[in-house]
Amino acid sequence: MVALSHAPTPEPPASPLGLWLRRRLPVLSLLVVLCLIWYGGALYLNAPRVIAQLNSTAPGWTFSSFVEAAWSMKRPLLPAPHQIVGELLRGLFDAGVLSPRNLLYHAGVTLGAAACGFGLALAIGIGLAIMIVHVKFLDRALFPWVVASQAVPVIATAPMIVVVLGHLGFEGLLPKALIAASTAFFPIAISMVVGLRSADPIQIDLMETYNAGRLAVFTKLRWPAAMSFLLPSLKVAGALAIVGAIVGELPTGAQAGLGARLLVGSYNGLMLMMWAVLIMAGALAVASIGVIGLFERYVRARRGGRL
Amino acid sequence: MLATAERCAHGVRGEAGDSAVVAARNLSLQYPTNEGPVHALSGVNLDIRRGEFITLIGPSGCGKTTLLRLMADLEVPTSGSIAVNGKTPRDARSERSYGFVFQAPALFPWRTAIDNVMLPLEIIGMKKAERRARARSALTTVGLADFENKFPWQLSGGMQQRVSIARAMGFSPTILLMDEPFGALDEITRDNLNLHLSALWTASDLTVVFVTHSIPEAVFLSSRIVVMSPRPGQILKVIESDLPRVRGLAVRNDPRFQELSVRVRDALQAAHSYE
Repeated sequence: MVALSHAPTPEPPASPLGLWLRRRLPVLSLLVVLCLIWYGGALYLNAPRVIAQLNSTAPGWTFSSFVEAAWSMKRPLLPAPHQIVGELLRGLFDAGVLSPRNLLYHAGVTLGAAACGFGLALAIGIGLAIMIVHVKFLDRALFPWVVASQAVPVIATAPMIVVVLGHLGFEGLLPKALIAASTAFFPIAISMVVGLRSADPIQIDLMETYNAGRLAVFTKLRWPAAMSFLLPSLKVAGALAIVGAIVGELPTGAQAGLGARLLVGSYNGLMLMMWAVLIMAGALAVASIGVIGLFERYVRARRGGRL
Repeated sequence: MLATAERCAHGVRGEAGDSAVVAARNLSLQYPTNEGPVHALSGVNLDIRRGEFITLIGPSGCGKTTLLRLMADLEVPTSGSIAVNGKTPRDARSERSYGFVFQAPALFPWRTAIDNVMLPLEIIGMKKAERRARARSALTTVGLADFENKFPWQLSGGMQQRVSIARAMGFSPTILLMDEPFGALDEITRDNLNLHLSALWTASDLTVVFVTHSIPEAVFLSSRIVVMSPRPGQILKVIESDLPRVRGLAVRNDPRFQELSVRVRDALQAAHSYE
């Protein structure tokens, strides 16, 4: 009977909404807590300016009018969550998608640069890994540089890339894509170096007994073995490519892109706008990683459900 | 004394016969290590005739796997010579004269059973329809026709090793080199696979070289048992089996089986006394 009491009690079949709620409960409850802290923070951080304002305009102010004012400032130090959501919705729906006043337009510009950068990062990362794995000299020569390249902050290299490429007549997409690629290639290169070396010595011996050439060993063994290393790294690279593209938009004096909006917001002290842009960037990263996740699922399904 | 006599009778045959599938002459292999060279194999002479089932048995470090890998051109001897099908091991390998079965199944987890069996056939550039037909018949031979679309992790250990045998048989090699293929399997699976392998051998003109450290397995399978000893790895004794070529599990009750087991065990004792 004691053992029985540990048996899972049969639960009534939950509705899809109930199931969704149960699965999302941890993240939802965290969101609620975060919002509460945020609202409190907005009160605290905005208080000095709100009080100064209220003292001059409405000397007999009450606590509730203070709260109302602190959560609805035009240029708050820390905007309240509902203000950010409002700004985001205005940014998404007030203007046409192709208008520079629409956030989706800017997100699209950034996504374009990030996607090009991601493509470049794939080519560079995989290319470097293949060279490092197959040529001993390059293993010693390239690997330290690959690692060192990541110790230099992209925020420092980005302006140089922009200036040099601008001098050579390249503007717009290419410098941004290059900056995005310069950070995104790293997880791809590292995972591919490990992945291409992950084949079991016994599997290498097996290929040897077939008198298989280097190309056959690569295409039939090393490459497929590397996939289970490459696919998770693509998610990291995807997020890095978006960060890289945004950073690439900061020094270019770009008119469009989330980075450009961020810069406009920071020059003009428009915290509300910056927050909306940040949330847009986050959503972009989540969506990109979702797409990469779909690709991973496709590869997994082709391998019978395992990577 | 008996050991020496038998070694003279079978181990060392003056000249390599033309029919020798494997002919090793004074074969040695040393690995350099920090503590000086390790003699993995020292002065080995062995002739293997067509259609034989040879078992290499001995304690670990006796060089049985090294000898097998030398036949497969996976190692290069330090001195002496070895010929496979009358050619150098490298030429034999490039002609795909042998199939090799490793200790682990070494299946590619991203390929289904049949795709694994087709791997060597892809590498030799066989047409798609032909390699599918061949792979299917190889899987049927090992009794896995119904499992061709399963992935390795969906198969038991014994089944995985059978797939790897089917893979080794794919391009119809004349020699099968097996390195403790059933060592990691349970007793019952092992018996079953031994029976399969024995049937496969009797039904073909395949020459099998089989590494094991199980005495019953060696006696059950072999037409000749090569007992080896370590430090340096060398052949101690070669025991000819007088059991019938076609065998069932019942052959273990045969007094000759018992007697052969005793002779192998005694020889292995001697191998240990060399330490």
